[in-house]
Amino acid sequence: MNRIAVAAGDPAVDAKALDWPIELYRVLKQHDVRQMSYVPDAGHARLIELFRTDSDVVTNVLTTEEEGVAIAAGAWLGGQRSVLLVQSSGVGNCINMLSLPAIARFPLLMLVTMRGEWAEFNPWQAPMGRATEPALAAIGVRTMRADTPEDLVETVGSAATLAYGADQQVAVIIAQRLLGVKQW
Amino acid sequence: MVSPTVGTLDRRDVVARLLRDRDGLLVVTGLGSPSYDVHAAGDHDGNYYLWGAMGAAALVGLGLAQAMPDRKVLVVTGDGEQLMGLGGLATIAIAAPANLVVIVLDNGHYGETGMQMSHTGLGVDLASIARAAGFAEANIVTDQSGVDAVAQSIADRPLGPRFHVIKVKAENLPRSLPPRDAVHIKNRLRAHLGFDVA
Repeated sequence: MNRIAVAAGDPAVDAKALDWPIELYRVLKQHDVRQMSYVPDAGHARLIELFRTDSDVVTNVLTTEEEGVAIAAGAWLGGQRSVLLVQSSGVGNCINMLSLPAIARFPLLMLVTMRGEWAEFNPWQAPMGRATEPALAAIGVRTMRADTPEDLVETVGSAATLAYGADQQVAVIIAQRLLGVKQW
Repeated sequence: MVSPTVGTLDRRDVVARLLRDRDGLLVVTGLGSPSYDVHAAGDHDGNYYLWGAMGAAALVGLGLAQAMPDRKVLVVTGDGEQLMGLGGLATIAIAAPANLVVIVLDNGHYGETGMQMSHTGLGVDLASIARAAGFAEANIVTDQSGVDAVAQSIADRPLGPRFHVIKVKAENLPRSLPPRDAVHIKNRLRAHLGFDVA
């Protein structure tokens, strides 16, 4: 874990800023998350690596995000908590599959990194970026947006309690501004 | 692409045989006829029936199998349902859950919507796709001795994940409807396994 936590010499890590991937990992571990599924994403890269190197958590790399919605339902049937890490474009892939947690009240916690909303260079990211929160709301998934690292850590803790404690379907929307501008 | 095999097996008989000595088996069913077939074989607290979320069945089975590595998990689904989750076969193969068996009752058609031909009916070989993805075993079953062999392998529990395409007749049998209340079925299965249902 330290290898990732320290990230010595990494110019992307500002020593004074809150190291939010580590904090999210800590919060999710406190909530006893035992399965994590993901489609590779730059914004989630460090959190993905923290889980992948944790032998107490089963991780699944997905071909498309909707698979993770189904895996999370199965995990809950078997008594385990699962978290799904996706990018905003992947939310569109999930819509019909989200009828499963919506109708069965399976706990669902998705962490969604945003594209297409802040200093975005790629126009193809804009339509789904715009549709992400309305689409989730339309299928019955609660969205909770975080614009700063401090907000994000607190929001994920709250969302985890709502999901695993109150059987809610929750997506934490991680602002693109928080993630920083992608270098081309 | 090869010429598709036309199934001759009776789907209800196949499912009844696979579940005859089910012991501690947990069963996830894909929407449509497979849910009716499993219900017709006898409702059970260890069943989770899907009525929608097409493409989910094998992946719900994956999540359950990963959460309960000491239990056997059987997914019973149809060719159309599995075709909608083709990428999931790659995900399951990579995850390699030793305790997961996926059964595709393959009639080569979409029975629920008017018997339109599916990709398997037109020649796509799901077992070859699963094998290429990396399932520990994947085969096509066309006769009763093959069904008996699958039932025996579930009991013997060889290393999975395993994938069996069972060729069944294309027919719409009288529906045997499982409960449609997904919350009830969820809580019933969790209670069966000893988890909180609150």
